Amino acid sequence: MGATIARLAQRPNLWPWLLLAPLALYLAIFFLVPLADVAIMSVTEPKLSLANYERVLTGTLYQRVFFNTFLTAGLVTLACLLVGYPLAYLMNHSSQRTAMLILLLVTMSFWTSFLVRTYAWMVLLGNNGPVIGLLRAVGFETTPQLLFTRFSSTLAMVHILAPYMIMNIYSVMRKIDPVLIRSAESLGARGFSLFRHIYLPLTAPGIANGCVLVFVICLGFYVTPVLLGSPREQMIAGLIGTQIEEFLAFGMGSAMAMILLAVTLAILAIYHRRFGLDKLWG
Amino acid sequence: MTSYLQIDGVTKKFGDFTALEKVDLSVRKGEFVTFLGPSGSGKTTTLMIIAGFEKATHGDVLIEGRSISRLAPHERNIGIVFQNYALFPHKTAAENVYFPLQMRSIARSAGLRKAQEMLSLVGLEGMGGRYPKELSGGQQQRVALARALVFEPSLLLLDEPLGALDKNLREQMQIEIKRIQRTLGVTTIFVTHDQSEAMSMSDRIVVFEKGRIEQAATPLDIYHRPATRFVAGFVGESNLVPAEIKDAGGVAESAALGACDFEPAEPVSPGDNVTLLIRPEHIRLSRKPIEGRKNVSMHVDTIVNYGDNSLVIGRVGDLQMRVRVLGADVVIIKEGEDCCVSWLPESVYAIPAA
Repeated sequence: MGATIARLAQRPNLWPWLLLAPLALYLAIFFLVPLADVAIMSVTEPKLSLANYERVLTGTLYQRVFFNTFLTAGLVTLACLLVGYPLAYLMNHSSQRTAMLILLLVTMSFWTSFLVRTYAWMVLLGNNGPVIGLLRAVGFETTPQLLFTRFSSTLAMVHILAPYMIMNIYSVMRKIDPVLIRSAESLGARGFSLFRHIYLPLTAPGIANGCVLVFVICLGFYVTPVLLGSPREQMIAGLIGTQIEEFLAFGMGSAMAMILLAVTLAILAIYHRRFGLDKLWG
Repeated sequence: MTSYLQIDGVTKKFGDFTALEKVDLSVRKGEFVTFLGPSGSGKTTTLMIIAGFEKATHGDVLIEGRSISRLAPHERNIGIVFQNYALFPHKTAAENVYFPLQMRSIARSAGLRKAQEMLSLVGLEGMGGRYPKELSGGQQQRVALARALVFEPSLLLLDEPLGALDKNLREQMQIEIKRIQRTLGVTTIFVTHDQSEAMSMSDRIVVFEKGRIEQAATPLDIYHRPATRFVAGFVGESNLVPAEIKDAGGVAESAALGACDFEPAEPVSPGDNVTLLIRPEHIRLSRKPIEGRKNVSMHVDTIVNYGDNSLVIGRVGDLQMRVRVLGADVVIIKEGEDCCVSWLPESVYAIPAA
């Protein structure tokens, strides 16, 4: 043993691999092996065939769920962008105090368990919650159904995922050289044209990062849509859960999971070719 | 002198700190004026006030008699080349140069054509399609210059634009900037802390120190007739000797040099305290005294060899003296020896005490 270590020490290029080994082993046992298992199940349950994939890709129910998943992810991404960009801008361009305050609110929300945040929305939007109460108080006879709708699940997901968008855009905004803005002003730009021609393109990498992250996370989001969303507008992760937990249809669930994985990898691959995956985390 | 740009009693305070104090300056149309001074002397602050990025606490800036103090930077029509060029990384060279025209609602095809013409003028023919990161430092500099000039600005401001370039490229760009400035006849203000750059490029040099203008004059006047001790010390190498006027016709006496003839440029009276300036290259080094010159004996401490010339540092009594000699002349002397140094009365300039 001692001799082995001594020999390894003489070959320092092995050390990084040695240090990496525990993590690699962990990932192999708890991620790659189960993933392979899912892949195998998708073509072997109940018997060896591609029937599961065929059903998922051709069945109208499944198509609708996939469509709904993409639609929701798109809506959430768009909403995160619309909320996040101005917030990031405010953080970058206001006084240190205000910036710290916004940063604190964003990170506090980010660090709170998303399960807690999901339940918080249930309380807020529920039939006996403060929002409905307020509507009643101002005189609405019939109050709208807020909870268990696309609205409530989208709202909660935007809340949960917006920090990813904000932090990505903010980190890019911070790095913009203020001299570039001065330079644009000296050349005659101002207001909206300065924003459109200079500021927006300079922050585009942050927007791309934020959108990809939010979209990809949203595609596989399980808890929030299941707890807050409408059962009629299920998302793919929820459907996978139902297949496995209620129908014990391991093959179908696995096939759906593999398709979701393929789509996610495809998006990341496109992003990688365009920007480089290493930039995704800022 | 008809003035084109007028800086009128400009004072700038940052809290308790006074960055500029009552700066007055007037610049002629087409003139190339250099703001020279150490960092923190107020030269960049003055430039930023002209550009509109800083507001003067007091005073006014006028172009052709009209105050521009209330105009925002984008309304001033002033071209600026920043220290790090500030090219837009997401636009090609041609798009960068087209940008100010785009902001002036000039159609893309006509604007890009004009941008290409401008790029040719700065020596970047055919490079319009490249992005800033695909260009060298010198090329980026040229793009920034083209961009600052393409919209025919009323004024061109250059904020230490050559600082990031290596020595050879810097000299090349000095010549280039002068050529382009002459071709277009644009009134230019150039900020630098490099005195040789200021000497070689300017019609006039404005020396800043501690928020004030020490002197505004031609490069030759700045060098040979500095108004203050600071200017004499900051620009070029100098021997500065405190002395007292003995004769209004041009005799001063110093402890180290004794009686010293000079040619007074300004009227002086006996008893005045002055500082005598003798440039190191005006001093000759010899074994024996030379007739018709002021001769003193110097002990040589150090000889620094630069190849084509050498710097000889020695002592005359308590006074340290620096002498520049051409490469061939230095062989007559060695460190630790005594020798004779001499100069002509016209090489001595008496700077009045403040």
